Amino acid sequence: MTATEAHFAVKYLREEALPTPFCPGCGNGIITNAFLKAVQDLGHEDLHGFAFVSGIGCGAWIPSPHFNADTLHTTHGRAIAFATGLKMARPELNVVVISGDGDLAAIGGNHLIHAARRNIDLTVICSNNYIYGMTGGQVGPTTFTGDRTSTTPYGNPERPFDLARLVAAAGANYVARWTTAHPVQMARAIRVALERKGFSFIEVLSQCPTAYGRRSRRGDAIRLMGWFKTLRVRKPDEPIHYQTPTAETLDLGVFADRNEKTFSESLAEIAAARR
Amino acid sequence: MPKRIMFTMGDIACAEGAISAGCRYFGGYPITPATEIAEWMARRMPEVGGAYVQYEDEIASITSVIGASWTGTKAMTATSGPGVSLMMEAVGLAVMTETPLVLVNIMRGGPSTGQPTRGQQGDVMQAKWGSHGDYQIIALTPASVQEMFDETIRAFNLSERYRVPVFLLADETVGHMRERLVIPDEKDIKLEYRKLPTVDPSEYLPFKPDDDLVPPMALLGTKYQFYATGLTHDERGYPSDKEEVQIELITRLNNKILKNADKIVEVEEFMLDDAEIAVIAYGTPSRSAKRAIKDVRQEGIRAGLLRLKTVWPFPERHVVDLATKVKQIIVAEQNLGQIYYMVKAAASPTPVHLMTKPAGMPQLPQEIVQMIREVHSS
Repeated sequence: MTATEAHFAVKYLREEALPTPFCPGCGNGIITNAFLKAVQDLGHEDLHGFAFVSGIGCGAWIPSPHFNADTLHTTHGRAIAFATGLKMARPELNVVVISGDGDLAAIGGNHLIHAARRNIDLTVICSNNYIYGMTGGQVGPTTFTGDRTSTTPYGNPERPFDLARLVAAAGANYVARWTTAHPVQMARAIRVALERKGFSFIEVLSQCPTAYGRRSRRGDAIRLMGWFKTLRVRKPDEPIHYQTPTAETLDLGVFADRNEKTFSESLAEIAAARR
Repeated sequence: MPKRIMFTMGDIACAEGAISAGCRYFGGYPITPATEIAEWMARRMPEVGGAYVQYEDEIASITSVIGASWTGTKAMTATSGPGVSLMMEAVGLAVMTETPLVLVNIMRGGPSTGQPTRGQQGDVMQAKWGSHGDYQIIALTPASVQEMFDETIRAFNLSERYRVPVFLLADETVGHMRERLVIPDEKDIKLEYRKLPTVDPSEYLPFKPDDDLVPPMALLGTKYQFYATGLTHDERGYPSDKEEVQIELITRLNNKILKNADKIVEVEEFMLDDAEIAVIAYGTPSRSAKRAIKDVRQEGIRAGLLRLKTVWPFPERHVVDLATKVKQIIVAEQNLGQIYYMVKAAASPTPVHLMTKPAGMPQLPQEIVQMIREVHSS
């Protein structure tokens, strides 16, 4: 690559909206990169035909306003509900939700599991940084037990969700979990998710050195990514056991990979019978 | 469809009105006394090529409606007080992103769970002020089964024309009463659709208004790749924390309703020509008021009715004009006084009397007769 050659991702971005608001060391740039790599690998020269929906928080700023596409920034927690309406009205659009763990799994947790249950044809990418980053580091639904945050000064008394297992159990067609230290696997999983009919969910563990690493004392971006690299990768067809996630026992890989009937397909059958 | 006649309830007339208006997406959640609208839409949407989805809660229902509307599909939800309370944040999003939608509130007794099967008009101020921030919406108040149909169509037309959420505020009595409904031939129904951009995508500014203060609306999945956000945004749609951007945006969002109020507001004047006493009412109490006015006129009391078919924007000009012609005004509403305060401010110094009824039955005709007699003799 010469100095004048633009990065492959630039053609998918609104240059006037750059630079991003992300902190130095944030994992959201890696997720952006992996997502756009998946888009390029699928042969899309631009983002026509896609619609991006996000909620509130740092993760929500990955697509909006940066992606040169139809991007809609909605209220806190409601991106999936918004995307469902959009998909029902324009089924041919490739509707993608990109947001964070607080937005998707706390305030929006109900929409997440119900969308998985419906198996509606959406791709949801969750940047999971274990914390409310934008508001400065409060405990979230994925924060490990015992973690110190600005609202758990004595350690988190609660247990975290295992988002990949939760969404797989709720009925999604495809669920995978990778990290920003696994950008190639992440991009491959996103590619599968974009092509898969039905509900697809990609959880990406993403370092937040500013709000999570600092308060939890798990360290800077490099140490956080070093931790991600120690996580075990599941074997194909390995049975799923349920346990409370810890920083040591989290596993990566694919948690659901099936082709059950989608919501749109079921509705189309009803409509065909009624018309 | 050719002209049809039904004998049906207000809720179903509302659903049929929506279908006639071109609504092809309904996001629902069951709640008394609005459930019949969802049930009817669940039956009818697949027949007309639309989609009905029942969500996990009212927040998802209305948010999905906003999403559907951005694709160019006319979309609606229907609920009652507790559901409206949950929807209010999304109403703000629809206001800020200028998304056309219709929100039907079949008003029941409140606050909280209140009296689900009984009527009230307790949500009039909520419709106007329920979401945070400075904004304007439109709210229509039908008073019959036919108006549940007609005003639902008008609600869609106004929401499309001004790119704003429109409330259909019907008290439970109107929602559940059964009357004759005439559904006109579809060629006799006037439908409006949002302005679409005509410029090249490279020149399109998604929030740059025309002279009517309403920006043309690009649809999702077309050649216009745009960005919309609930954050304060400039004409390009990009977020801004500049003071002047906030002032310009919210002033325009308010003015596009207020400066067009004369084109939005509809009222019915009943026996007002020579009236000394005017009753102001909307929804079910206005029906009692009509009967009462006929009765007191038998006694020689010159009374009349100003029936509000639109409560937001408030019909200020109509009330100001009325106050110069009549000696006294009575506001009869099925609450402890909400529109009363708006009337009082507009009518001053003409005396305004409040007749409240915060419970299931609206003011009965003989109760309004009594009130008119008292005001007349005072």
